[in-house]
Amino acid sequence: MNPRRKKRLLITSSLILGLSLAMGLTLFALQQNIDLFYTPNEILKGKNETGVKPEIGQRLRVGGMVLTGSVKRDPDSLKVSFDLVDNKAGQVTVFFDGILPDLFREGQGIVAQGTLKSINSIEAFEVLAKHDEEYMPPEVADAVKGMPTLTTEP
Amino acid sequence: MLPEIGQFSLILACVLSLLQTVYPLYGVQTGHQGAIRSAKMFTILQFIAVASSFVILAYLFLINDFSVTYIATNSNSALPWYYRLSAVWGAHEGSLLLWVFLLATWSIAVALMSRNLPVESIARVLAVLGLLAFGFYLFVILTSNPFERTLPYFPIDGRDLNPLLQDFGLVIHPPMLYMGYVGFSVAFAFAIAALLEGRLDSAWAKWSRPWTMAAWMFLTVGIALGSWWAYYELGWGGWWFWDPVENASFMPWLAGTALIHSLAVSEKRGVFKSWTVLLALSAFSLSLLGTFLVRSGVLVSVHAFASDPTRGLFILGFLILVIGGALLLYAVQASKVKSRGRYELASRESLLLLNNIFLIAALIVVLLGTLLPLVHKEIGLGSISIGEPFFNRMFTILIVPFALFLGVGSLFRWKRQKLGELVKPLLAILLLSIASSLTFLFVFAPALTWLAMLGAFLGFWIIVSVVYEIYLRSTHRHRFISGITKLGNSHWAMSLGHLGLAVMIIGITMTQNYSIEKDVKLATGEHITFEHYDFHFDQINALNGENYVGTVGTFSVTHDQQQVAVMHAEKRIYTVQRMPMTEAAIDAGFIRDLYIAMGEQLPDGAWAVRIYYKPFIRWIWLGPLIMAFAGLLMICDKRYRTKKPALIEPKHNSGEQNA
Repeated sequence: MNPRRKKRLLITSSLILGLSLAMGLTLFALQQNIDLFYTPNEILKGKNETGVKPEIGQRLRVGGMVLTGSVKRDPDSLKVSFDLVDNKAGQVTVFFDGILPDLFREGQGIVAQGTLKSINSIEAFEVLAKHDEEYMPPEVADAVKGMPTLTTEP
Repeated sequence: MLPEIGQFSLILACVLSLLQTVYPLYGVQTGHQGAIRSAKMFTILQFIAVASSFVILAYLFLINDFSVTYIATNSNSALPWYYRLSAVWGAHEGSLLLWVFLLATWSIAVALMSRNLPVESIARVLAVLGLLAFGFYLFVILTSNPFERTLPYFPIDGRDLNPLLQDFGLVIHPPMLYMGYVGFSVAFAFAIAALLEGRLDSAWAKWSRPWTMAAWMFLTVGIALGSWWAYYELGWGGWWFWDPVENASFMPWLAGTALIHSLAVSEKRGVFKSWTVLLALSAFSLSLLGTFLVRSGVLVSVHAFASDPTRGLFILGFLILVIGGALLLYAVQASKVKSRGRYELASRESLLLLNNIFLIAALIVVLLGTLLPLVHKEIGLGSISIGEPFFNRMFTILIVPFALFLGVGSLFRWKRQKLGELVKPLLAILLLSIASSLTFLFVFAPALTWLAMLGAFLGFWIIVSVVYEIYLRSTHRHRFISGITKLGNSHWAMSLGHLGLAVMIIGITMTQNYSIEKDVKLATGEHITFEHYDFHFDQINALNGENYVGTVGTFSVTHDQQQVAVMHAEKRIYTVQRMPMTEAAIDAGFIRDLYIAMGEQLPDGAWAVRIYYKPFIRWIWLGPLIMAFAGLLMICDKRYRTKKPALIEPKHNSGEQNA
């Protein structure tokens, strides 16, 4: 092999090596950080599309409507729990230690992100409420479609 | 009547933009001088038409004309005048009008400021810009008309601007960001024009370089402003959320950053040319993709204020047409581009190539993380979200080689670098940067962590190597003092730009590793202490603003018994939309921010309060500002002002015959 070809081979092979390393790394990082979205019903009965139930300890997002009267607060800290329901009679409990968003209200759609603690409870590290009057994440809108509006105007 | 005039001049602008495309291109084909020269005139006319349309909409906002649907939905008579003005781009229709207005602004700037360029080239560039504008005019007029009326039953008052947007940051953030987005259209147009012409040389790189830099500068400032706004307005104290909309602005920035580096190589050394063209096409394509993602409402995002999925198809079609057309042209014409220069493996060219590889890798990471959830949902596997840790981990990995090569890169010579020469200086830089980063952390950080040491080291590695490089170049032929004054603007621009990145890396490192975030339950009279700071919740009062009511909590903060600040954190309820908003209290400082945000009032009367200590967070925005200033310096370099018509004209004519 002449030196020029040798140099080219070196460059090409190091490029391929680097590329595959990068791909592998990316996919590995991706795999660990994909959070599936579930409705309360899907947590209990499995995903609509695939029928797969989430495993305990799995990271996930759940969206639904906050059941009126279900918000319970710990008197000494910011710990709070509430029930999420959807239009298919699913109901799960969300535990959260922190500050709920401004737009969090009973009877409104929210999304919580966290890990599944038991078959019907979630330890959330983030709770998101819709950000204005018109906007609701489409998944949540689907999950609560047709439910009687439980909103009480402030 | 006025709204109709506004709409009419918008339609006029649309027609003019089409003429701006057809006529000059016809002229270039047939050699008709009048048609070639008409490009400039049509550009000016188009600008006047769209500017009057824009001014009319702004005026209608100021006089509260609620017979216009867009104004009725996005403004209110109780809104202060400056927010009524910024409400022009507060939602979909108006922000698209802003988009086309800015596109016309860039076009007219190109038309007026390119007297040194051959008229045919400018005619082609303006024609491409006209075509882009035409697509957007059609979009605005057909799907998102801001002048639509609510007649005959118009409301007495408007539904108000989203309270999140009632803020100074939002007055300037969108125009800056859009200036950046749209500005890449100039680089795009230059690239397409060059491909049409079949002639890509260093002159081409030289012409498009200041324009690209200007767009990049605006985009940098725009993104930094957005991050700063999110920090103080959303009330979570975060500065970057990897939200799809943020990613949509970050992707063109990454491509643009790669482009300004690759353009430098193309201009100075005449290599990487077809790669540079591809980057120019990608930067603007990514801007369009960003617009599509944001404006079509396909995303689940906190930013998706006013989006309408039916409009998505139009933009998607336009997107495919523009990107597809550009890539097709590239595929046909790129083979004609020959790079003349040669360079060795160890050379500045190679290192700049590495810069591009890492930036593109980062771009792919962001693209993947943004689009994968969409694809996943579309193929029926259910909705997913990709968490921040994915992006954070990938960027932590990518920044290490990027920063290391950056430091080395500016020391390398063009064409060929003897590696032996650099061993000693690099060892010295290594030791110096380790020593200075450790000293820095000992002074400013409460404890050492591996990640913090790595981040600080990378920052100081860049700083030390930049300083060494300045020393090296200024002592090359002169003594240091006289040499340093002889360095050109663009050299200072490079050094400053890199320093900006270093400042930002240090800021991110400190903020991410040493922030203290406490979500606590506090009643008036109670206090909390950490990091030598004591936060005392003094009192809570009622609040009455121009268009909101609420409560304000007063906190006095002491540091080792010394009074530092009295902070007022507000909880507002905007009366029109009944929307609660958190106005965080921030005591800003060069080396630390104190951040207090009121959460909700708990049933027993105490408040949930976020109290944050954020070291060096200002550096995260200071860095981009330095980078943007560096960009400004480069644009002001005098080599972009010198006239060389005698050199360019004959070259150009020969190119004309070949094509």
